[in-house]
Amino acid sequence: MAEISPEEVEHVANLARLALPPEEMTRIGHELNRILVYFQQLQELDTEQIESTSHAIAMENIYREDSARESLPVEEVLANAPDRADVFFRVPRIIEE
Amino acid sequence: MELYQQTAHEVADLIAAGELSAQQVTEACLERIAEVEETVNSFLVVTADHARAQAAQADERLTKSEVPSPLAGIPIAIKDVMCTRGLATTCGSKILENFVPPYDATVVQRCSQALLLMVGKTNMDEFAMGSSTENSAFKVTANPWNLECVPGGSSGGSAAAVAAGEALVALGSDTGGSIRQPAALCGIVGLKPTYGRVSRYGLIAYASSLDQIGPLTRDVTDCALVMNVIAGHDPQDATSADIPVPDYTEYLTESVKGLTAGVPTQLLGEGIDPQVRERVQTAIDDLQNMGLECEEIAMPHIDYSLPVYYIIAPAECSSNLARFDGVRYGYRTPTQTNDINELFAKTRAEGFGPEVRLRIMLGTYTLSAGYYDAYYLKALKVRTLIKGDFDSAFEKYDVLLSPTSPTVAFPIGERADDPLAMKLADTCTIPVNLAGIPAISIPCGFVDSLPVGLQIIGRAFEEGKVLQVAYAYEQATDWHRQRPAL
Repeated sequence: MAEISPEEVEHVANLARLALPPEEMTRIGHELNRILVYFQQLQELDTEQIESTSHAIAMENIYREDSARESLPVEEVLANAPDRADVFFRVPRIIEE
Repeated sequence: MELYQQTAHEVADLIAAGELSAQQVTEACLERIAEVEETVNSFLVVTADHARAQAAQADERLTKSEVPSPLAGIPIAIKDVMCTRGLATTCGSKILENFVPPYDATVVQRCSQALLLMVGKTNMDEFAMGSSTENSAFKVTANPWNLECVPGGSSGGSAAAVAAGEALVALGSDTGGSIRQPAALCGIVGLKPTYGRVSRYGLIAYASSLDQIGPLTRDVTDCALVMNVIAGHDPQDATSADIPVPDYTEYLTESVKGLTAGVPTQLLGEGIDPQVRERVQTAIDDLQNMGLECEEIAMPHIDYSLPVYYIIAPAECSSNLARFDGVRYGYRTPTQTNDINELFAKTRAEGFGPEVRLRIMLGTYTLSAGYYDAYYLKALKVRTLIKGDFDSAFEKYDVLLSPTSPTVAFPIGERADDPLAMKLADTCTIPVNLAGIPAISIPCGFVDSLPVGLQIIGRAFEEGKVLQVAYAYEQATDWHRQRPAL
């Protein structure tokens, strides 16, 4: 199977919102390739007819009553904010001009 | 034996009998911390004042003959992956270095109600990713049995704290072996409960379908007592099981008569160090002689556990760690950024360590369009096959036995540069998380003066049987009375 290309590593880094320096991109590309080769062994198994298991201990429809409960006080919520303005978390521009 | 070398239940009995105060016990552990912490480095923060204040309150309640729990007055260490209100919770990461949770994890609340006294938050591999605690952004923890060696991971700090006597019990978390493997490497007891047995509310998530919180203790009785405190349904954790919690101490009978054990061939194969294999085989023979019927069993899909885990866990982690973005809490890049995506990307690249960055990248890749079917979906299907092997095994056997770790503790730095080699430490423990079932590691001897762990695996929600077999072996041997020379 083809190796993961530098462009693909860049694409993944973008999806993951990780601004990795070039040496790291190379290192990770290399590590990913080693690991992906290792994953090939799963192709030995025929899983055509097999259902997937996302949770080993199956549970269904765990609900609670749709009733309002106490929320965290706003001051506590904002206490860890790197940059706050009034009751908001301040961030750089989100919307393009 | 020094006070800090005793088991929690022995000390708790003395407290309940009025022969010792909670404050005296707390001072003993704090003194021990002062004595050895510089060499062991179990803790990211020691909460001495908090512990003393809690101890004073505990003593007040105890003098009124209120004994709220069999572990009242016992010092506990808590892995820094569980939220403690008002006290920084870092997950061993720079990205949460200053994060102060506004709430307590459910298990922290329960421990507090049981008058367990928190002496500190312990060191760990960053975001629970690792098998040696060397991935911590802050410090390296040493193994109390040999300071040049790792304590295991990711709950290495908790394991070392108990082994060194800095706390009498500890809590850790286990996603691929992170309680059991450090317990094995540090010569103590570590239990990963059934998925859903213990609430994950307040546990900072790594892989949501695999994570569980559990006890690290000196002996099986202590383990059962801690389980009595932390287990049980929690409405705040939708994945917690609404199943009654038995009194786990009722299973501590010393008898294994009538029980059967399977020994998976794949877990005693070439990947296991020959001396470890020999030690574990001897322990299995001992159990056989005690009346536990042991038989080899083939579990063919277990060999695929490692690749399956290393697809599923990083995938889940890439989703869980998306919340660390510098907006609401934690580290934010101090550099100039022009838009929100740049803020996210720089914050995360700067705040996360190398192993975490690697796993996020791996998870993102296997979940991305074009690769999802080949990797993630495939892994979920193989997970079904692995779980199937366990289901079949448990039709014949009550428990399964294996080594916990393929090797004893390895030297600090030896595997740090080879992520793939490091991951082989988890071959015996990982299949258990994939199947969601409970497993314990108990000491079963030494190789080159380093502890070896025996893993006992049980059916879902049968922690009792697991503890029963563990206790029987423990009481017939002396390993749990050994202490490091530290």
